[in-house]
Amino acid sequence: MKLKIAIILIMAGVLLAGCVGEQPTEVMPAVQSTTVQPTKAPETVTLNGAGATFPYPLISKWSSEYNKIKQNVQINYQSVGSGAGIKQITARTVDFGATDAPLTEQEFADVSRILQIPESIGAVVIAYNLPGIQKGLKLNGDVISDIFLGKIKKWNDPKIVSLNPGIQIPEKDIIVAHRSDGSGTTFVFTDYLSAVSSDWKSNVGKGKSVNWPVGLGGKGNEGVAGLLNQNPYTIGYIELAYAKLQKIPYAYIKNKAGNFIEPTLETTASAAAGAVATLPAGDASWSSVSIVDPQGNDSYPLASFTYLLVYKDQTDQTKGKMLAEFLWWAVHDGQKYSSELLYVPLPNEVIGLNEKTIKLMNYKGQSLIQG
Amino acid sequence: MNKLKLPFFDRSKLSGDFIFEAVVGSFAFGIIILAFLLFNELFIGSELSRNTFGLSFLTTSTWDPVNEIFGALPFIFGTIVSSFLALLIAVPFSLGIAIYLSELAPEKLRAPLSFIIELLAAIPSVIIGLWGIFILAPFIRDQLAPPLSTYLGFLPLFQGPMYGLSMLTGGVILAIMIIPITSSISREAILTVPAHQREGAIALGATGWETTQIAVLPYARSGIFGAVILGFGRAVGETMAVTMVIGNSPLISASLFSPSYTMASVIANEFVEATSKLYISSLVEIGFLLLMVSVIINIAARILVWKLLRVEGGGRA
Repeated sequence: MKLKIAIILIMAGVLLAGCVGEQPTEVMPAVQSTTVQPTKAPETVTLNGAGATFPYPLISKWSSEYNKIKQNVQINYQSVGSGAGIKQITARTVDFGATDAPLTEQEFADVSRILQIPESIGAVVIAYNLPGIQKGLKLNGDVISDIFLGKIKKWNDPKIVSLNPGIQIPEKDIIVAHRSDGSGTTFVFTDYLSAVSSDWKSNVGKGKSVNWPVGLGGKGNEGVAGLLNQNPYTIGYIELAYAKLQKIPYAYIKNKAGNFIEPTLETTASAAAGAVATLPAGDASWSSVSIVDPQGNDSYPLASFTYLLVYKDQTDQTKGKMLAEFLWWAVHDGQKYSSELLYVPLPNEVIGLNEKTIKLMNYKGQSLIQG
Repeated sequence: MNKLKLPFFDRSKLSGDFIFEAVVGSFAFGIIILAFLLFNELFIGSELSRNTFGLSFLTTSTWDPVNEIFGALPFIFGTIVSSFLALLIAVPFSLGIAIYLSELAPEKLRAPLSFIIELLAAIPSVIIGLWGIFILAPFIRDQLAPPLSTYLGFLPLFQGPMYGLSMLTGGVILAIMIIPITSSISREAILTVPAHQREGAIALGATGWETTQIAVLPYARSGIFGAVILGFGRAVGETMAVTMVIGNSPLISASLFSPSYTMASVIANEFVEATSKLYISSLVEIGFLLLMVSVIINIAARILVWKLLRVEGGGRA
């Protein structure tokens, strides 16, 4: 009997050997990374990417459009979140990653010779539900920070009223809504508040998830939008594209130059253009890059790049070349698909920077693209 | 031990039978080993967090990913309170359903009714969550909360503003989700009560309700308790629907109107974007705690159900 059980246990062990054998060194969200494509032409190349959810509609549009031009290139993108994207590119299970926040110093150090390529720009709007006030409530950084810190509790607080002469603001409690899931949207929002309010910076700080002093958490843009729709007198933050598509009212924000700016694709692009002079090279650390609260008369202050991550030294010549060509296309021709999907196209200055970055991609020291 | 039972000494038994036994046996043991490995993986994955925070992980309530200070108390509180609240609502309903289906309902209705109630368990939790956001949360906010705070507002349980997403909403959603499992297992337990229990009570002149009260429920007691604990286990681990309606704020508040947060929800919300090692490790430790809680609850339920099956011939009426 003992022998029999021993044999059964050994077989059970063999059955599980797969799971035990390739034990990952750190815990990772289980995501398939390799997809076998039915090969149409013999030399079909599949480029796998994973990362942020924010650019997913844009990257999948690129994927289908690029496939029309180059039928032998398949691009798969899994929107698993920035964190998972960084983990996967670090573990080299994908060909490119995507993240809404630049790599931190630590992350940049953990992954060798990575390039960060800003591929689009996202804006975050301060959305609200105030019955009777359809559009154009005016706010500034101080007030937003005090609301989300729980210091301003009523809509008719003198600080809000003084910014909005002529608008009748009700005497109601403010309900604060924020994202409960870790997200790039939260990163942009808290990055902005940290830039404009020292109170926020020392008490809460910036991150994809933070320790919220007040408020209700909704999962995803749709969760926050749901809170906004259902609860009058709520304030929250969501992506610009989501607010426009769902027709949710949003506030005009006072920028550094002192103007109240409506969030649009143009005002967001202007924010990015204003920051170009301070951007580092593509193979340097971008951890301190931030385009919130920028210079410029017409710059909307809550904006951020979203990045693609690729290795500088490619290990497969064909694949590396295909990847470099795709990236080149994405930052040039690909940008024309941005506006229709409510993404902000890159300003020319950033495209110029990206050209230099993509030319750094090489196979055994040999550049993969001439440009 | 008889030598003939050892396959290597008896050629006639080293055949299909033994191979079949080894194969199916390896499936069964494989699952056990897998569960053990899972446990082990969670234990190893949470090492950094355990070393950094120690027991304070269980007793502090700051959850600050920016400064990497993690305390899981609000999540533990949220999970336990929302699950107990769910039980408080679900148990009377489930018992009522079980008694009706096994004792009172017309024979023809029993099978279809219990089928439909069990079917409730098959509704995907994200669907229940959506219903919770769009229908239940506004209903609780506008219809249920105002009378509660008017008539019972002197209790700390029903104080403060109500926004729809709250501990109360989470508890109600969970109750709806555990009613199918709790009621169907309770019904099974009641069905095991032998007919002579009831006959005896009726012979003594008991009414229908008295029969149920003195002869049926005491006999099925431990089985029903097991059903309740299994329901509790389900409530503890439920993720999606609760995440959508509980408000996701790590608060410890006496009021059921206040938003809350559960262990399962924080993992679902934050794991994908967690990058630093300590952050991931802390989330894994929450997963480990959650698994421990579920395992303990399930073992307790098993023991109770097992006790019921062992009782033969009569309960302690």
